[in-house]
Amino acid sequence: MHRFANPARFLKIANAVLPWAAGLSAVCFVAGLYLGLVASPPDYQQGDTVRIMYIHVPAAWMSMFTYSTMAVAAAAALVWKHPLAEVYAKAAAPLGAGFTALCLLTGSLWGAPMWGTWWVWDARLTSVLVLFFLYLGYMALVDAFDDPARGNKAGNILLLVGAVNVPIIKFSVEWWNTLHQPASVFRLGGPTIAASMLWPLLLMAVAFQSYFFAVVILRIRAGLAARRVQTLRLGQAG
Amino acid sequence: MLRLILRDLRLVLRQGSDATAALMFFVLCVVLFPFGVGPEPNVLMRIAPGVLLIAALLAALLSMERLFQGDFEDGSLELLLLSPLPAEGVAVAKVAAHWLVTGVPLMIVAPLLALLLRMPVDQLGLLVGTLALATPLLSLIGAVGAALTLGARRSGVLLPLLVLPLYIPVLIFAAAGLDAGLSGLSPRPHLLLLGGMLCGALVLAPLAIAAALRAAHE
Repeated sequence: MHRFANPARFLKIANAVLPWAAGLSAVCFVAGLYLGLVASPPDYQQGDTVRIMYIHVPAAWMSMFTYSTMAVAAAAALVWKHPLAEVYAKAAAPLGAGFTALCLLTGSLWGAPMWGTWWVWDARLTSVLVLFFLYLGYMALVDAFDDPARGNKAGNILLLVGAVNVPIIKFSVEWWNTLHQPASVFRLGGPTIAASMLWPLLLMAVAFQSYFFAVVILRIRAGLAARRVQTLRLGQAG
Repeated sequence: MLRLILRDLRLVLRQGSDATAALMFFVLCVVLFPFGVGPEPNVLMRIAPGVLLIAALLAALLSMERLFQGDFEDGSLELLLLSPLPAEGVAVAKVAAHWLVTGVPLMIVAPLLALLLRMPVDQLGLLVGTLALATPLLSLIGAVGAALTLGARRSGVLLPLLVLPLYIPVLIFAAAGLDAGLSGLSPRPHLLLLGGMLCGALVLAPLAIAAALRAAHE
């Protein structure tokens, strides 16, 4: 990890990865959307609304992935003062918030015809809503200080505090009796969904993941450039 | 550490305003509800746990902003952090003082207000017990937010934004416990979960508060 602490070395690798991630994301989005929206069969119970899942589930996975990696980055920033970790957390936050919002919105759209309600206050939905507020709170907190270093530090502590929510989201469908169905892909004994639906789902997951990498690299690049501009300005002022 | 708690208590007792303001807020907030939803006894009894808990939560939040602010502005926080007492100790002492000043008075007043909301008398013990578990949790979690927003711009708006989502679990289990009591079920599982959360927060929150205080001090 410390090999990549040098922004120049990181940028060299990141710039090489960027076009591949963007390309992979585009290909997987096209293939996944085609398979998911056109080629895959409608569900025997849910009909065509099952296709919302091909957006909803990857968005939900990504919202958790983003928060977990941000929390790890926050720990790295606090413990080792890793210079890139803070930039990463800051760069990933709006993406994570976006994934969470997408997950909540598509879930709500699916719930209206399937559960007969846009929203229920069960453990899974509530904990994801809390996750969304954590993202918003982190972004507001980081921006609230005149000294960016202080904002980053406060944000990192908040990320670690909020990390208790991640296992709660993951296991909420098992600990409580929720309207939300339990996991059907990552479970002991293998996935319980048909291959014709699993493939488009996995393709979409790869598409979301590579989209995330491409955009986060762009945002880290912008964050590093902004930092450089600031130091140069400070140098001029001094 | 005990001396720090006593100092905080003395400060509050001499000014008086902050603690009584939070308590008055709690009372008025609860009293407003019968006017808002109408004085129907069944309705009031049904919403009483939620109303009391949300009012307690907001009252705790209201007094939270001043928790470290005064010490931060006049520099005594810096001296406290330089003292041989570890920052975690400072955090625990400040939280304990906050709880004694806001949480305990809330617990004393809450049964009276519960009667106004037509809660049955035999549930009042449960109410005080639940608040005894919930209010220290509110103080601990809120103090993390208060320490994080020290010196921030518009910290008054930021603090609720950070802390309220973290209050949701406390609210859920405290309200579930009281509801179970009202409908004749055992509140034990909910209270055990609440107690577990309190034990966890007692260990973890001071670490986070101390880290945030050190960050503010730099």
